[in-house]
Amino acid sequence: MLTRRIIPCLDIHRRRVTKGVKFQNNIDLGDPVEMAARYSDDGCDELVFYDITASAERRSIDLDMVLEVARAIHIPFAVGGGIATLDDMSRVLLAGAEKISVNSLAVKNPALISEGARAFGSQCVVLGMDPVRADDRIQFPSGYEITIRGFRERTGRDALAWAREAVDRGAGEIVVNSVDADGTRAGFELELTRLISESVGVPVVASGGAGTPAHLVDVFNTAHADAAIIAGMIHTGEYRIPQIKTYLANAGIPVRLHW
Amino acid sequence: MIAIVDYRAGNLTSVRLAFEALSVEATITDSPAVIRAADRVVFPGVGAAGAAMSNLQRLGLVDLLREIVASGKPFLGICLGTQVVFDHLEEDGGVAGIGLIPGSVRRFQPTNRRDKVPQIGWNGVNFTRHHPVFDGIESGSEFYFVHSYYPAPDLTGDVAGVTDYAGVTFASIMARNNLLATQFHPEKSGRIGLRFLKNFSAWKGRLPEACSC
Repeated sequence: MLTRRIIPCLDIHRRRVTKGVKFQNNIDLGDPVEMAARYSDDGCDELVFYDITASAERRSIDLDMVLEVARAIHIPFAVGGGIATLDDMSRVLLAGAEKISVNSLAVKNPALISEGARAFGSQCVVLGMDPVRADDRIQFPSGYEITIRGFRERTGRDALAWAREAVDRGAGEIVVNSVDADGTRAGFELELTRLISESVGVPVVASGGAGTPAHLVDVFNTAHADAAIIAGMIHTGEYRIPQIKTYLANAGIPVRLHW
Repeated sequence: MIAIVDYRAGNLTSVRLAFEALSVEATITDSPAVIRAADRVVFPGVGAAGAAMSNLQRLGLVDLLREIVASGKPFLGICLGTQVVFDHLEEDGGVAGIGLIPGSVRRFQPTNRRDKVPQIGWNGVNFTRHHPVFDGIESGSEFYFVHSYYPAPDLTGDVAGVTDYAGVTFASIMARNNLLATQFHPEKSGRIGLRFLKNFSAWKGRLPEACSC
């Protein structure tokens, strides 16, 4: 049986792992390669690295870091942040990443998704999206609007319409990262995650708000996520991955327990 | 030395780094001379089947791969590399494969909306026969999969392990003499995947007698 994936997210700033709430007040958490190795040893199913300032600083991702991670762990990982061209994608994949994650720059240039999928295959192209709750149900039928540039800019685009377009263009996976839930550790955004998961044929990864193992049970059982991203709850040391997985297994959710 | 065949079908870095972690010498190459000189050949690949087959033809590798497999050298197909050794692939409107394993490669047709295509993630592989590459690995262990199409060999004797997804039990590992072919990615399957590759790098290319029980 296909297991549900637990994916630690490492936000990278100047080659250090950092964590903030709603992209603010970031604190230093450690070395990305060491943390990746530790989480892989602990049984995470995949990892994601976001270079959170590459896009704003208009520079490309730290490829040495990607290669070092690829040497240190032998499980899949995705890399995002500042990927603007096919060349950027190619370099990240050749450094050993399994997937590239595009977000703001794909909203501005949706051809990035189609070209990436054509060149490298859909399985390599992840669309990350940062939706925020929006009351205008005429403009935003899903009830959520896409934001970009680390939640700083609204786009006027409906979250579900954008997810569908991205899948039509060849995105192989969608990460739904709720602006409202991000960093709160008060639970995932269930409603939109479920809406998107039931509307697209590709896997949907829930992100933002994980604080307890029970939140993960909710996002798998209620929102039908295929995978869930966690950050603060393990970065702080409050929970460890084996403990989370045991909890999920006891709740009847298929997870990988031997590694 | 292991030759990792480069036919412009996806990213081979993680395969190379997995062997590097095992201190097994492996080189990424499209050179027939290097491939012929290797002790073992790994044939990976991700992406589209049609493009992969035309690349193989353009690089003159189709006959070479047939020759390598016929020579008895240990050969490991991974993911798309596994799919193109079949006779026929449904992808891209139908593609003729290299024809080293009788059978076809079919698209998942889920009836349950919760079964997504591609299958992405860790799924169990139940071994259906003994094989030296399984040494130290328990049947049912999870490996990492990323695929929309699955192998459907004609002969059950070619199947070494099976996996359940989207309403089908499909052959996730094939074994035929010196030929091994996995739908999963051992290079991305953590410690268990590395163990599998370590076993492959020590394997002489012979099968134990099939269990008739």
